[in-house]
Amino acid sequence: MNLQVKPIFSALRHHKAGTLLIALQIALTLAIVCNALFIIQQRISLLTRPSGVDEAHLIRVMNGWVGASDKDVGPLMQSDLDTLRRLPGVVDAYATNATPLSGGGWATGMHSKPDGKGKRVQTAIYFSDAHTLDTLGLKLVAGRNFHASEVQGFLPNDTLQPPQIIVTRALADNLFSDGHAVGKVVYLGKKPSTIIGVVARLQVPWVASWASNWEGNSTLVPRQMLTNGTNYVIRVRDGQLQKVLHSAPAALLAADRMRVIPDDQGVVTFEQMRAKAYKSDRGMAILMGVICTVLLAITAAGIVGLTSFWVGQRRKQIGVRRALGATRHDILGYFLTENLLIGIAGVAIGGALAVGMNQWLMHAFEMQRLSWPWIAGGVVVLLLLGQAAVLAPALRASNVPPVVATRSV
Amino acid sequence: MFTYYIDLALRSLRRNTVLTALMVLALALGIGASITTLTVLRLLSGDPLPARSAQLYYPQVDPRPALDDPSRARPMPAMSWTDAMNLVNARKARYQAAMALTQAKVMPAKTGERPFFSDAVMTTADFFPMFDVPFRYGSGWSAGEGQARARVVVISDALNRKLFAGANSVGRTLRIRDHDFRIVGVLRPWSPQPRFYAVWLGGRSYGDGDGVFLPLHTAVADKMSPNNLNCFAAGGDLNDLTKAPCIWLGVWVDLPTASQARAYRGFLDNYVHQQIALGRMHRTDVAMPDLMQWMRESHVVPSDVQLQTWLAFGFLLICVVNTVGLLLAKCLKRSQEIGVRRALGASRRAVFAQFMVEASIIGLAGGLLGLLFAELGLWAIRQQPAEYADLAHLDLGMFAFTFVVALVSSLLAGVLPAWRASVLAPAPQLKAS
Repeated sequence: MNLQVKPIFSALRHHKAGTLLIALQIALTLAIVCNALFIIQQRISLLTRPSGVDEAHLIRVMNGWVGASDKDVGPLMQSDLDTLRRLPGVVDAYATNATPLSGGGWATGMHSKPDGKGKRVQTAIYFSDAHTLDTLGLKLVAGRNFHASEVQGFLPNDTLQPPQIIVTRALADNLFSDGHAVGKVVYLGKKPSTIIGVVARLQVPWVASWASNWEGNSTLVPRQMLTNGTNYVIRVRDGQLQKVLHSAPAALLAADRMRVIPDDQGVVTFEQMRAKAYKSDRGMAILMGVICTVLLAITAAGIVGLTSFWVGQRRKQIGVRRALGATRHDILGYFLTENLLIGIAGVAIGGALAVGMNQWLMHAFEMQRLSWPWIAGGVVVLLLLGQAAVLAPALRASNVPPVVATRSV
Repeated sequence: MFTYYIDLALRSLRRNTVLTALMVLALALGIGASITTLTVLRLLSGDPLPARSAQLYYPQVDPRPALDDPSRARPMPAMSWTDAMNLVNARKARYQAAMALTQAKVMPAKTGERPFFSDAVMTTADFFPMFDVPFRYGSGWSAGEGQARARVVVISDALNRKLFAGANSVGRTLRIRDHDFRIVGVLRPWSPQPRFYAVWLGGRSYGDGDGVFLPLHTAVADKMSPNNLNCFAAGGDLNDLTKAPCIWLGVWVDLPTASQARAYRGFLDNYVHQQIALGRMHRTDVAMPDLMQWMRESHVVPSDVQLQTWLAFGFLLICVVNTVGLLLAKCLKRSQEIGVRRALGASRRAVFAQFMVEASIIGLAGGLLGLLFAELGLWAIRQQPAEYADLAHLDLGMFAFTFVVALVSSLLAGVLPAWRASVLAPAPQLKAS
């Protein structure tokens, strides 16, 4: 196709305002759409992070005993766990203070030397027993599981310094660069804790950004928190989830009525917990998606509107060109090229704007740096959008018959 | 003349309904998005105590062990018992109070009802006069009662209605955990937004007010545990929070004049140096932000909300640019009509006014529809699980502001096309037809 660039430029010079407006609109749209798409991608990568546990088969039951003091809790918890583990459809169960995606728990510093000295690494503390790895479906990559004899009770005001702990690989890599953590000693307080095992991955309970730097740093301690309220985590067999959702609280209440299982959020699947934990991130991604779509639609509509007007205004010139031998194809090409030129000017400004906007977002909202493929993608999308928007008016222009040239005046 | 312009504008808008609808819709979407996000942002970043916020300060010190690199020191967001009590007992400000949040287990008066947890504040006597907390019945407790660990309590309007059907319950008994507390005061509805005093203390930043207010010394003696507790040194006895090396208390002071604020800042520095001389503290860094400054430093407003507001206004800007383009196209299309009007004696100013009227009609229509979109957007936010969801309503100010935004954007959009229309030379247009 013969690109008729020169006549296009001279024609555009007569429509400076319109040309500038379309270019400006394309530029602004590109800047916002690039950054919005980037936010969407960041949020999606956030909410698809694996928690490391077998979410599809897990249930959490929140339980509070009525009228039991902390000292009575140990035997009550043991008998509840026996009840749960005997239930049909249940693989295993354990009691804990917190789970991934629950949004609440215990975080502390782990040190390479006693009394808070030496290298410090932030970690989440998960209260566990010998059934924890089996229940959560955690993969032990080194060392061993807890022995039942190592599991002890823990009163709320006790000091946490268990002789044995299991850590995640992320935490082990943070602490020891040589990759061999098993057998090494770390400190939660004064007394040493020996790492006896390493699991592949276990996310901390918090999904928020303040915990994102250490979201894989978890520590399992062989302790059962003896307080009035506890969480039971139950792993079920395939297809038994719905059944156990009802049978587990029923069995607990049948065994002992003196307990509270909250109506709201008392019995939930891990899939429900995931949906709740990431609800605001998903909402933000959806909102950004809607904004992008509407923006692109408005920009397209603007291009259609202005080009239609130009076509209407130049009917006579088009007729003359047709009469002088230009084909329909030439006319179509003319308007498409014209739009492409304006589009290129727009995306050139828009690309710079997008980078500037990203710089500002990085400064004000701790966003990451926009990578070039995102801008390139945005540029392609907007140029294609411009071509698609201009197609209908351009086709109308190419259908102007040569006879128009001879009419009127 | 003005009505004639309106008539002309309506005719012109009707002539091209698709284009008109497109302009109105685009403007309305931009306005709806902007007003929705701005309402939420304004709600979240509002001043919780407009009459007092400028004179309330949040002193901070740093009780942690010595640091190798002093430049990395930053004062802690809360205080240990010792520091909080030293500051409160020094009485260097007009009012001063220490506070922490807890969950109070309220036992039912009647048998057969279930116990429930109520959000509670453990604080000292000045809390009520300092924050200007409104009472319906009774009053707060005195500093003497607080120190003496009196079992007295102030309850919220909501709790009073729940337990006593809204009657004057002063003098009646509320059983919290294992102890009876005498009710000395009932508040009127009071829930500052954001809940500025709860920021670091382990409560939500927005939403309902607290239900129960207890004297701090009494609550500590009864071993009520604070919602948020951060220990900066190992080896403390968590059974005795008055000695543990942990921060868990927020301290607020009321300093009505700037000179008092300066004097207090000096006092705070002196206090820290004195504690360092005593060997209790090791770091000199202190801070004393006022209320709104503390809200900003604590990033109370979720950054997503700010981001959304910026994006919404970017969106509106694009909608305005879009409207400029479409209006321009429309008005150039009518060059002949303008030529006729000019030839028949209309002045440039009259043509300009005519097109501005047309633009403002589009703006008003966009504003009306935008208001609808904003209500829709706020309704969607109220369905969200966010703690501020219930508060998302359009107030009268924002209602009016919507139309200001709509008119200003449409007039801005209309200036260029109207100017272009008014400077068209009439003769060529007439000749062309």
